[in-house]
Amino acid sequence: MSDRGVLSSYDRKRPGVRRGLRVVNGALLAVLFTAGLGPVLWLAKAAVTPTQDTLRTPLALWPNGFDFANLATAWTRVEIDKYFLNTVLLAAGAWLVQLLVAMTAGFALSVLRPRYRKIVTAVVLATLFVPSVVLLVPLYLTITDLSLINSFWAVWLPAGANAFNILLVQRFLDGLPREVFEAARVDGAGPLRLFWSIVLPMSRPILGVVSVFAVIASWKDFLWPMLVLPDPSVQPLSVRLPALQRFVELDVFLAALAISTLIPVVLFLIFQRLFLNGGALGGAVKG
Amino acid sequence: MRGGGLSALLFLMPMLVVFTVFSWIPIGQTVLMSLQQTNLVTDPVFVGFDNFRTVLKDPLLWTAVRNTLWFAFLALIIGYPAPLVLAVLMNEVRKLRGLYSALAYLPVVVPPVVAVLLWKFFYDAGPHGMFNTVLGWFGFEPVSWLQDASIAMVSLVVEATWAAAGGTVIIYLAALTRVPPELYEAAELDGASVWRKVWHVTLPQLRGVLLITFILQIVGTAQVFLEPFLFTGGGPANQTTTILLLIYNYAFATSLGGDYGAATALSLMLAVVLAVLSALYFRLTRSWSTS
Repeated sequence: MSDRGVLSSYDRKRPGVRRGLRVVNGALLAVLFTAGLGPVLWLAKAAVTPTQDTLRTPLALWPNGFDFANLATAWTRVEIDKYFLNTVLLAAGAWLVQLLVAMTAGFALSVLRPRYRKIVTAVVLATLFVPSVVLLVPLYLTITDLSLINSFWAVWLPAGANAFNILLVQRFLDGLPREVFEAARVDGAGPLRLFWSIVLPMSRPILGVVSVFAVIASWKDFLWPMLVLPDPSVQPLSVRLPALQRFVELDVFLAALAISTLIPVVLFLIFQRLFLNGGALGGAVKG
Repeated sequence: MRGGGLSALLFLMPMLVVFTVFSWIPIGQTVLMSLQQTNLVTDPVFVGFDNFRTVLKDPLLWTAVRNTLWFAFLALIIGYPAPLVLAVLMNEVRKLRGLYSALAYLPVVVPPVVAVLLWKFFYDAGPHGMFNTVLGWFGFEPVSWLQDASIAMVSLVVEATWAAAGGTVIIYLAALTRVPPELYEAAELDGASVWRKVWHVTLPQLRGVLLITFILQIVGTAQVFLEPFLFTGGGPANQTTTILLLIYNYAFATSLGGDYGAATALSLMLAVVLAVLSALYFRLTRSWSTS
């Protein structure tokens, strides 16, 4: 970890560099503010602005009038509440399944270490190299065969087959001190006890990483839920929104978009460090 | 603690079941189905390489390949340098760094469907459309961002770049902290300017990460679906139909159960091309990436 970039501390003290740096940093902040926060703020504004205002002067900083009823209309009359609940349920189930699969598998492979662990790990990781498009059609037919169409399980169960999660958990558990496990074993703890009382509590950091990514990924998912949940009453927001656009007034529609954005943005603000440390992602990319 | 025996197997069970049913078997089925004629009513029939022939003869395939390559190329010149430039600049920021990173990352957490629908509104072709209003300030004519065949794809790439750049910025920022300060100091002793330091120290030091984000981007853009599907539906005149959109259309466009054979044949071809491309790429670049 270095505390300097391209510029040295000597450079930074020179008046010319200092002024230039201030201009560049200011411009950078302005660009990031406009491009990063701008659209989100705009959406927040548009959610409470009457349609005509949004259409006529999309870039007005302050709306002529507020129409907070948009949010209520979207929530109740357009039934965003229902789709919101579906989205939450889909995310919660996908999260639970991913956590269960990744933790038990990681525990078995890294802590119990059966003789065949290398083969199993290899077969799991191999799926990382198969583009997801290859799975699309056969997976859809599998879901049809299991009569899971329009069931949340159609989204929950396939979410568990995530090799990336297993890789993350396995790496984390490999880094834990094995003496602790041996000591527990000597004290008479069986595998279940070891898993529940020792390994799980020690895995909190990686559980957090897997959880946040699982929830965000589920919130973002579109193609798969669209395929396996054709019945509108079980669809999540992401699938329902494009269809709503056709028969809902613009201001209410934008309010619906704003509501859908709220949870991921709040999660991001709370768990900022998890996202921005780049630890999980950077480490994985570095390979 | 070796062997583990039965208990290890029990703990592996959830993973084995889920991966077998929802990953390993479907992967195998793709190969099988690409050689069969399958529909939901009658039993599948083996048809050899007929599906592949059908797909390769489809004139839309070559349109889709051309469009996908065009998308990948545009994403390369617009979307690949953007996060790198941002990250190098952000790495020089000393105050409020967290704010900069948070702002850069924010678009990544906006649900992709919301992002596309929002941008669809921004791309409104009328003179009061968001982007056209800005163009109007400078006296330009309104642009039909999504309806004009020559720029529709550019519009898609710009939105995709906006949506994805933040994630790559964070990866580059992490890599930048690992550049040894001594290298900059040595360059300074030789009187190197800022540009030369960026060119001769920063970029070479990032090459390992840059090589990986490059191939990840190629593999990602080859499978672009959401943007063409929601923005344009492949239009105007199939100018934004990508390979994945074509696969989707083969399999799911009709509610009667589509041409699963053609869809799996095409997805298999795409996967093989990507795998060969990645393997070649890593072989070719192995000598430069040792860092």
